[in-house]
Amino acid sequence: MTNKIDGDAIIRRVAEVMINELKLEDVTPETFDADVDLIDEIGIDSMDLATVALVLQDEYAIHIDEDDYPKLTTIRLIADYVGQRIK
Amino acid sequence: MKTISSLLNEDWYNRYKRISKLNIRSSIYDVNNRCNLRCKGCFFFSSDEDKVADEERDLTRWEAFIDKEKARGVNLAILIGGEPSLSLDRVDAFYQRIPTFCATNGLIKVPRDRFPDLMVGISLWGTEEDEIQLRGRDTFAISSKNYAGDAYTYYLYTITPRQIGKTEGIVRKIRDIGVKVHMQLLSNDEDVDGFSWQPEELIDIRAEMDDMLDRYPDTVISSKYYHKIITTGKMLGRPFGWNECPSVTESFDNRDPQPKRLIHFVRWASDLTTTHRCCTSETRDCRTCKDGAAHMSWVMVNKRAHMRSAEDFQNWIEVYEMFAKLYRFIPW
Ligand code: SF4
Ligand code: SF4
Repeated sequence: MTNKIDGDAIIRRVAEVMINELKLEDVTPETFDADVDLIDEIGIDSMDLATVALVLQDEYAIHIDEDDYPKLTTIRLIADYVGQRIK
Repeated sequence: MKTISSLLNEDWYNRYKRISKLNIRSSIYDVNNRCNLRCKGCFFFSSDEDKVADEERDLTRWEAFIDKEKARGVNLAILIGGEPSLSLDRVDAFYQRIPTFCATNGLIKVPRDRFPDLMVGISLWGTEEDEIQLRGRDTFAISSKNYAGDAYTYYLYTITPRQIGKTEGIVRKIRDIGVKVHMQLLSNDEDVDGFSWQPEELIDIRAEMDDMLDRYPDTVISSKYYHKIITTGKMLGRPFGWNECPSVTESFDNRDPQPKRLIHFVRWASDLTTTHRCCTSETRDCRTCKDGAAHMSWVMVNKRAHMRSAEDFQNWIEVYEMFAKLYRFIPW
């Protein structure tokens, strides 16, 4: 399990990747609500998630299973998922 | 940051939430290479797709293949052909494993005791005259007897330029047998004289399709935005075609930049090994493609692009709902 500081850093980085890769407007990593529902509120779909997952996989040297996409509905949940897999 | 709940009122937001997590992953399967018709303009036979692969005849291989498809995440199997009703054991193998849709010409009834809730889409190419000219017989005379009152059936009405001014007659006769109808446009893959769309005809048919939806809302499963997209070939100012098409088989997709597309979409030939380029004819010129499912999917995969305004996003919801109804993910 990652500690709180690592967790916040990962949250910030996931938000940053999402903003850059999906060209999201009017939001910064600092203002991105980590608990907002990405599908119901931001309109993220599974291709978007796959795009973000590719970057995170490379950066953190982890594997994000496509079967897990349905569970990854907020920035915080994605960051937790990543945090649990970092060696 | 723009959010969907801030864009929509409560009713529309609830409609959105009903479909937002469906996560539909479709692929298309040629169940066989045979048909009991030979329609002029059939994309399958006109592009010799029936000759690219020998049908797999061992049912156990079909079953193992479908299990693998399910394992790679397919949750909607769209069965085309040839004619799937000539190979009901293969249809059953899908039906037992994955939510399945079966396209058919309706001449052979899919038995409801064996397939109680299989969604069936029956092809129809127009009036009796057009059907005889293009398909060699009036298929409606038979399919309407086979499927009258069937709750899991709809007609997939392929409109030709000759149908302008005649669609109401077709919609009414479908309504009268208690079945739904969805409309799409002929792509005229075999250049039959008089069946290619001219720009002014597309304007006329769009108005007529809108009118049918307004006047027969309980029968017609469609959306005005879909009518606009399919008749203009444009969405949010972008032209449809190879660079935008979402329904390209994954292994054929060498586009750079890659557009939004159906995740892991594959169209399989009936040998269960060969794949086709896309959801329709291998030889069709993408610039003239009117494929209805490809246009619908084009809208569906471009969800965030429709978050420009409430109206755009409501249009997106209506197209997604239409697709979800046609493939039985939500009720009519
Ligand atoms: S019924 Fe369908 S598969 Fe058969 S020839 Fe006509 S269009 Fe082709
Ligand atoms: S023919 Fe139509 S469906 Fe096929 S790749 Fe071209 S645009 Fe897409």
